[in-house]
Amino acid sequence: MIFTETLTKKFSSITAVAGVSLQVQQGDIFGLVGPDGAGKTTLIRMLCGLITPDSGSITMVDNAASGESSASFGYMPQKFSLYGDLTVMENINFFGAMYGLNGTIINQRADEILQITNLFRFKQRFADNLSGGMKQKLALTCALLARPRLLVLDEPTFGVDPESRKEFWKILYQLNQEGMTILVSTPYMDEAELCKRVGFMNNGRLVVVDSPKNMKSRYPYRILEIKCASRQPEIFQGLPEILESNFYGDKYRLVVQEAKIAEAAVVEFLQGRDIPLYRLKETKPTMEDVFVALAEKEVVEWSMSSQPVN
Amino acid sequence: MSRILAVLYKEFLQMKRDKLTIGLIFMLPLVQLLLFGYAIQTEVKHIPTVVFDQSLSPESREITRAFTASGYFDVVAATGNYQQVTQLIDRGTVKVGIIFPPDYAKQVRSGDTAAIQVLVDATDSMVSNSAIATANSIGLLKSQQVLAEKVGQFKAPYDIRVRPWYNPDGITAYYMVPAILGIIVTMTMVMMTSMGIVRERERGTLEQLMVTPIKSYELMIGKIIPYIALGYLQITVALLVGAIVFDVPIRGSLLELYLLTLFFITASLGIGVLISNIAKNQMQAMQMSFFILLPSILLSGFMFPREAMPVFIKALSNIIPLTFYLTIIRGIVLKGIGFAYLVPQVTALLVFTVILMGISIMRFKKKIA
Ligand SMILES: Nc1ncnc2c1ncn2[C@@H]1O[C@H](COP(=O)(O)OP(=O)(O)OP(=O)(O)O)[C@@H](O)[C@H]1O
Ligand SMILES: [Mg+2]
Repeated sequence: MIFTETLTKKFSSITAVAGVSLQVQQGDIFGLVGPDGAGKTTLIRMLCGLITPDSGSITMVDNAASGESSASFGYMPQKFSLYGDLTVMENINFFGAMYGLNGTIINQRADEILQITNLFRFKQRFADNLSGGMKQKLALTCALLARPRLLVLDEPTFGVDPESRKEFWKILYQLNQEGMTILVSTPYMDEAELCKRVGFMNNGRLVVVDSPKNMKSRYPYRILEIKCASRQPEIFQGLPEILESNFYGDKYRLVVQEAKIAEAAVVEFLQGRDIPLYRLKETKPTMEDVFVALAEKEVVEWSMSSQPVN
Repeated sequence: MSRILAVLYKEFLQMKRDKLTIGLIFMLPLVQLLLFGYAIQTEVKHIPTVVFDQSLSPESREITRAFTASGYFDVVAATGNYQQVTQLIDRGTVKVGIIFPPDYAKQVRSGDTAAIQVLVDATDSMVSNSAIATANSIGLLKSQQVLAEKVGQFKAPYDIRVRPWYNPDGITAYYMVPAILGIIVTMTMVMMTSMGIVRERERGTLEQLMVTPIKSYELMIGKIIPYIALGYLQITVALLVGAIVFDVPIRGSLLELYLLTLFFITASLGIGVLISNIAKNQMQAMQMSFFILLPSILLSGFMFPREAMPVFIKALSNIIPLTFYLTIIRGIVLKGIGFAYLVPQVTALLVFTVILMGISIMRFKKKIA
């Protein structure tokens, strides 16, 4: 559906997007993840035709709509960008008119989408007075008015409470099942897990593209989970066998190269300090672990050398 | 077309809900006019006056009496030298000095034109306007009397020459009322429009709009038309207030005034759109608008007559649209002249419009970066 080739965009000295070649297939839920300033928004804006790339090409095709070279798409920018001083319905009517829809169709579709997004009761409320989650749903409603085949969302759930985020993703899944292709950027790793395919961006480059499952199986390290009497967050830092350690209130997550060697080292370390060990086990890596590794380690080398394991 | 209408309707809703803008739109012409109109309306009486009578004749005393009898002048001092007259005015003890030349009586008797010098402290325009007007009419009245007595003589025997100080050109508020319209239109077209457009970019709504099929010209038209309507509304309010409350006559054709105003509106819109193109946020747009407004007020002839400006400044005033609009509006409202006399000004405004809009269109790409 979307093909880009060595897409590049510079802002004076910063290369926001560097040679990104991306493919989003029809029916995908493609997640774009990466740290702040990775270039996600810039890439999305180029895809939407809002900014011109310095070099590279973008092709958008819609196989279902035969003969059309560019697909119609809905876009939800990172920043809330509807009119706060208009009501929910006024916003919908306005953007519907922008898409050239007539009043009857707008009303009919609005009713439909507002049912799905649970905003029906708030039709007459000013957009400024909606909660963060409701605002995002309204923006989604407006983006869906033209019945796009492709939906592009830039961090749609940023700053939204967990309950609303879940609901939002439910809607995305429903839309995807109805045949809509979705490109979504997100800072949340649990959301990355929900995507069919994920592209990881860092410093303007698209480092890895794969399914979450493959990404996790390609993870080059092992994870140990430890519960012990210590509450010191930094206690395991400095052990040579441990690459990284994080403390989550009641347990530690350690990133290690060799599980067996590291386990032994941890046991010995704790015994040496008379700290009782309650539990020690290896766990599966999460997307969070994958991205921490991708962002911090020699990611290029890793993605080039490792083979996908199915 | 339906898209333009949708933008228009949206703008209307937003404007209606924006209490500040609504307030500004109607208060601006009212407040400005009332401020200046007050100056027109107030009759200033009992102006402290000093008399320096070098003639000491029945004729000079008669004129002095005529001045006091008018009720406008109170002779609070008499003095024996010119220097003291200027001192008293400088100190603010008196506002007006009446000076009779030594040979005044002789001139009157011989039938020559006799000049009385009236010095007016013009720092207070209310006082000076009143003083000048009264002094003139007294001079006129008296000379007619004498004229009637000595029928057949050519020269008016009394020539009271008024030389206002500090404001030697005697700008009257009356003269300013139509000009205020020009300032109001400038503010609405430049500041409101540029801020209105920049607001869309600042709030990110432009980004959302850009992915819809709306064309940039449709958006521009939809956004600009409400401001043009506003401008005309303000002009109408201002003209009505001027006419009803302050008796400022509209000597020329109202239709012509409205039509020619459109040229000024488009030129000002050109500036507004250009600013919206350059400014990154509403704050900047407002600052840039003031940057335009200030020279418009100072150099256009709104405050200071262009005739009295240094050559360089006067040349500079030629790149300000308001300069030309002031000639148009003062011409139509005060002098009652029509389009035929205003072709150069209209042409100038047209040139402004074409150049400014041209630059904006070249700069305006359908991009948000
Ligand atoms: N209009 C612009 N002018 C200058 N620099 C820009 C502009 N837009 C983005 N950048 C820079 O380009 C880089 C990439 O920014 P971008 O917004 O694409 O990142 P992002 O991945 O979306 O980050 P975030 O998660 O914070 O939204 C950043 O360093 C940013 O400062
Ligand atoms: Mg972003």
